Amino acid sequence: MTENNDALSSAEMSQADHERHQAGGGVVAGKARQGMFGVQGSGDTSGFGGLRLPAYSPKASERPYGGWFDEFTDELLAAMSEKAIPADAIQQVTVDRGEITYYVRREHILALCRLLRDDEALRFELCSSVSGVDYGADVPQRLHSVYHLTSMTYRRRIRLEVAVDIDDPHIPSVVEVYPTADWQEREAWDMFGIVYDGHPALTRILMPDDWDGHPQRKDYPLGGIPVEYKGAEIPPPDQRRAYS
Amino acid sequence: MTTFNDTEAQVTATELSDEDIAPSRRTTEGTVYTVTGGDWDQVLEDAQHDERVVINMGPQHPSTHGVLRLVLELEGETVTQGRCVIGYLHTGIEKNCEYRNWTQGVTFVTRMDYLAPLHNETAYCLAVEKLLGVEVPRRAQLIRMLLMEINRISSHLVCLATGGMELGALTAMTAGFREREVALHLLEFLTGLRMNHAFIRPGGTAQDLPGGWRPRVMEFVRWMDKYLPSYDKLLTGQPIWRNRLAGIGYLPVDACLALGVTGPILRSAGLAWDLRKTEPYLLYPEFNFDVPTSTDADCFARYLLRVEEMHQSLRLIRQIVEALEDGPVMVEDAKIAWPAKLSIGSDGLGNSLDHVKKIMGQSMESLIHHFKLVTEGFDVPAGQVYVPIESPRGELGYHLVSEGGTRPGRVHVREPSFINLQSMPAMSEGGLVADVIAAVASIDPVMGGVDR
Repeated sequence: MTENNDALSSAEMSQADHERHQAGGGVVAGKARQGMFGVQGSGDTSGFGGLRLPAYSPKASERPYGGWFDEFTDELLAAMSEKAIPADAIQQVTVDRGEITYYVRREHILALCRLLRDDEALRFELCSSVSGVDYGADVPQRLHSVYHLTSMTYRRRIRLEVAVDIDDPHIPSVVEVYPTADWQEREAWDMFGIVYDGHPALTRILMPDDWDGHPQRKDYPLGGIPVEYKGAEIPPPDQRRAYS
Repeated sequence: MTTFNDTEAQVTATELSDEDIAPSRRTTEGTVYTVTGGDWDQVLEDAQHDERVVINMGPQHPSTHGVLRLVLELEGETVTQGRCVIGYLHTGIEKNCEYRNWTQGVTFVTRMDYLAPLHNETAYCLAVEKLLGVEVPRRAQLIRMLLMEINRISSHLVCLATGGMELGALTAMTAGFREREVALHLLEFLTGLRMNHAFIRPGGTAQDLPGGWRPRVMEFVRWMDKYLPSYDKLLTGQPIWRNRLAGIGYLPVDACLALGVTGPILRSAGLAWDLRKTEPYLLYPEFNFDVPTSTDADCFARYLLRVEEMHQSLRLIRQIVEALEDGPVMVEDAKIAWPAKLSIGSDGLGNSLDHVKKIMGQSMESLIHHFKLVTEGFDVPAGQVYVPIESPRGELGYHLVSEGGTRPGRVHVREPSFINLQSMPAMSEGGLVADVIAAVASIDPVMGGVDR
């Protein structure tokens, strides 16, 4: 097991902790779960149907973060104040499984990316990946845009994450800083409906242009047809029994 | 991308006379216009005088490396603008993974970049293992490396073979596929399947290597040692091949970084960025190999690098074969490892008679455990990770999100083909049509990976 075991389990935060975490502007990254085996509305007497798990919230890490994270965060904060980016642009810092995540308020993402790329002490030359994540219907700020940045000079990787509401899914585009984000932001728009403001041509990329809806959202059905095998009918994957 | 002059058409449209409006109308609202076509002659004349043509290459075209559609604006034979249209092979693998358990995900991801299935499996499994916080046994790590290096050779061979075919070097194609066939036979012997192996699983590998694997691997190495140098004779020194590739598809290092391009293309621009060296994973630091680079940043340099990388992979394979010792290939944790140790019976099917005897006759608990692990899968604690590895095409990264439970919350793949393909316009605009083919071939996109 890794040393960083304290943030591994969502069960460690109690329901009250969760509510406090969320009320303080903390990030939620998971759906609340209830029951087991997908049993609903039946005369379930096993008791499994009554299980409740709160939505997972990544814990805000406290200093010292360990490794190069502390020194790096100091450098980042210093560079931010130099460029007049408020310190609260970073909503939360989470260190989990040896990776550091900065939850960023969306209005600052572009300036922060520019700073991370250009500052000599930071130098994130490569934007490895931009991906959308949808955490499901009940989660506040369910749509997340996740940026994985790589500093080739210092051999460091960090993660930036921006969370937005589904009613207002606007995030500034980082294409002008990292041109490689072009297709990746188009994919996140296509699949999740995140609107990247300032993108040169935000059109669908994998789905046909006239497609309706955003397929990788959690409330978009997977689809599929039942399959017959030796006389028995097996339902499509999204209608099969779920065990979690 | 029309070829006529838009402004003139607008001018005539605004100066409407009564003749342009039809006397009777059938629609319920709006004005109905009669198309008199007054300016079409002029439009046609403009178009004829203009040399620009917009052509579509693909999605079904033998030279576009798969179902890739290129929209090219040509002036004579010069490409003034090029754009890629992708999505023809989109199969929703990322979404499908969310409806299967973590182990079943392997069967999906292996089908994305179908020329490097074992890299996909390994990267996915490394990410799941990072979420779980487990480390797989040494033998399993070495087996993964061995399979990946064989796979790297077979993938580069296809790149040379199809790239050669697209440029008209048909012997390169036959030679490349001949060697690849040997590699695939070897993989079939080792894992049971030629492609889409699903052999590497979270926690280790599905099985141990079969008996007699060592001579078979060495046989492959000998075959490659014999035939790989002939590529230098066949292609490297050949003037036509060199003229088609040298100086073509130029992409310097700053453009590579801006466009996120990694792999052989980045190394051809001079940056020795290979994740096996720069951010080592598995047991790569224990072995000796070089990362070849070039500063030419053109298609020919990429070709040379791929050939050299195959030599380096062979070097790695030899060392790994030496280093492979007996041991477990799965983690000890019974909550993750598959309960039955399958072996191939006389009927050619996998079976485990001892295990069946135990769960059917002796231990009810073992039966329950087996049933739950196979149908339900294991729980992965909530959180997210990003694990990058060096696939034949560049940085292959898996961003996995777990919400807790037995199924992934999100599986996102940073596919090197997808990212690298963005550099097609930068490489080919301003060049000739024939050079677009060379540039795309040197990017080596695999459309299964691009579209996922």
